[in-house]
Amino acid sequence: MNLAKTFSKGIINENPLFRLMLGMCPALAITTSVENGIGMGMAFTAVLLASNIVVSLLRKVIPDSIRIPCFIVVIASFVTITEMVMHAYAPALFESLGIFIPLIVVNCIILGRAEAFASKNGLVPSVMDALGMGLGYTLALVTVSAVREVLGAGTFLGIPIVGLIDNPALVMILPPGGFIALGCILALLNKMQQKKAQSN
Amino acid sequence: MNNQGNLLTVTPSPHLHSSNSIPAAMRDVIIALIPAFIASVYFFRISAVLVVATCIVTAVVCEMVAQKLMKRDVTVNDYSAVITGLLLALTLPATVPLWVAAIGAAVSIIIGKQLFGGLGNNIFNPALIGRAFLLASWPVATTGWVTPIDGVSTATPLGIIKESLGSELPGLTDMFIGNISGCLGETSALALLLGALYLIYKKHIDWRIPTGYLATVFVITAVVGMTKGQGLTYPVFHLFAGGLMLGAFFMATDWVTTPVTKKGRVVFGIGCGLITVLIRLKGGYPEGVCYSILLMNTLAPLIDRYTKDRVFGGGKSHA
Repeated sequence: MNLAKTFSKGIINENPLFRLMLGMCPALAITTSVENGIGMGMAFTAVLLASNIVVSLLRKVIPDSIRIPCFIVVIASFVTITEMVMHAYAPALFESLGIFIPLIVVNCIILGRAEAFASKNGLVPSVMDALGMGLGYTLALVTVSAVREVLGAGTFLGIPIVGLIDNPALVMILPPGGFIALGCILALLNKMQQKKAQSN
Repeated sequence: MNNQGNLLTVTPSPHLHSSNSIPAAMRDVIIALIPAFIASVYFFRISAVLVVATCIVTAVVCEMVAQKLMKRDVTVNDYSAVITGLLLALTLPATVPLWVAAIGAAVSIIIGKQLFGGLGNNIFNPALIGRAFLLASWPVATTGWVTPIDGVSTATPLGIIKESLGSELPGLTDMFIGNISGCLGETSALALLLGALYLIYKKHIDWRIPTGYLATVFVITAVVGMTKGQGLTYPVFHLFAGGLMLGAFFMATDWVTTPVTKKGRVVFGIGCGLITVLIRLKGGYPEGVCYSILLMNTLAPLIDRYTKDRVFGGGKSHA
């Protein structure tokens, strides 16, 4: 597989949220505003990139039978670093993402990429894989949160939208709205995929 | 089959013929809702007509558009969208802005029904999905209660109890006839009972669900009423208050989203009753009919599985 493909597969064909259905918990919980979506996506990408690099470099050293605990130690270290950095330099975002920053440790996409990709591939492909997956996940989070913020709060990135700001559909930024938005987007994407498959 | 009309058609038994069909059954439900509609027009005047019309038209148009877009057969002629719109309208207050009512009807049909696969495949009662969506989205616009006829804003009887507002509760006769504030179609227990009797007579709804539902609410509130020293007034008040009658007869009996076994229907009704009383007495909302039915809808398949009848000639029931 060439590098460009390694990078681009995470964005559409193997989009972690929309195609692999991984990382649903933060995708439902924190996507109440686009700002949260971008922040979460960036924190996630940073951890994924660092963990993919380290796992890829250590892949010949880590004994096979205890690889999962090793991956977790690597991931948890980087999550802790990211958490502290965010706490220091982006306190508002840190507050609004709350528990979901430390929970990146158990985000199945990061562990999944370590297990399925970084532990079997060299440094450069692993970096491309992490960037692609990170970008794909960030885009997915932004898509879901854009739908929810526009409909549920009547704003986009905090900027009021004329006509929607007065009476937004509150439910969209409440927990049920997360399920409704994600479900509808998935249905739409599946439909598009089906059409594509039929026309091929 | 059309091109072979003169050939003999062989089908497996049973060979019973029945004039019962989805449109006929749906038409009967509409007929059964007419008394409630008339009562709402009498009590809330022109605003009731406007809300009902908006909901029905939006529901029918959405059903048509959604089915066209999804390339399904367009089945607006079976009246099911009309019923969803009508039921939704009857659960809204007279003061609701018409655009809110329209969004509710659209959500009911598109999210509550068509996205799940259309009539027969929806897990939740579509009208209640619409109402729950509106209640969570525009809590102020969907709770603008007014008194009947003169339209002064006021709390509903259940709201008075919940918030301990201290204002006087309406008499039981007023509550039975419907001369109280509340949603369009829920105020008049009399009109709803008339429609319900028609449906039970026509065998479209099973008496087990509403009976289980109402009896549970009555028994629990009777016990609570006794501890409060209010005697039988308290449980009777709870029977006629809020959307209980509308919910018990017209929403908890929805064919699609409720259990099919007889025992299961009793369980379903009792479950609805328990959750309703729990929300009314202990929960954060004054009324719990909507959420109780939605919650029990999720349990319907499970209830069916555990109340399956033993197959004739089969061994011990595996339920």
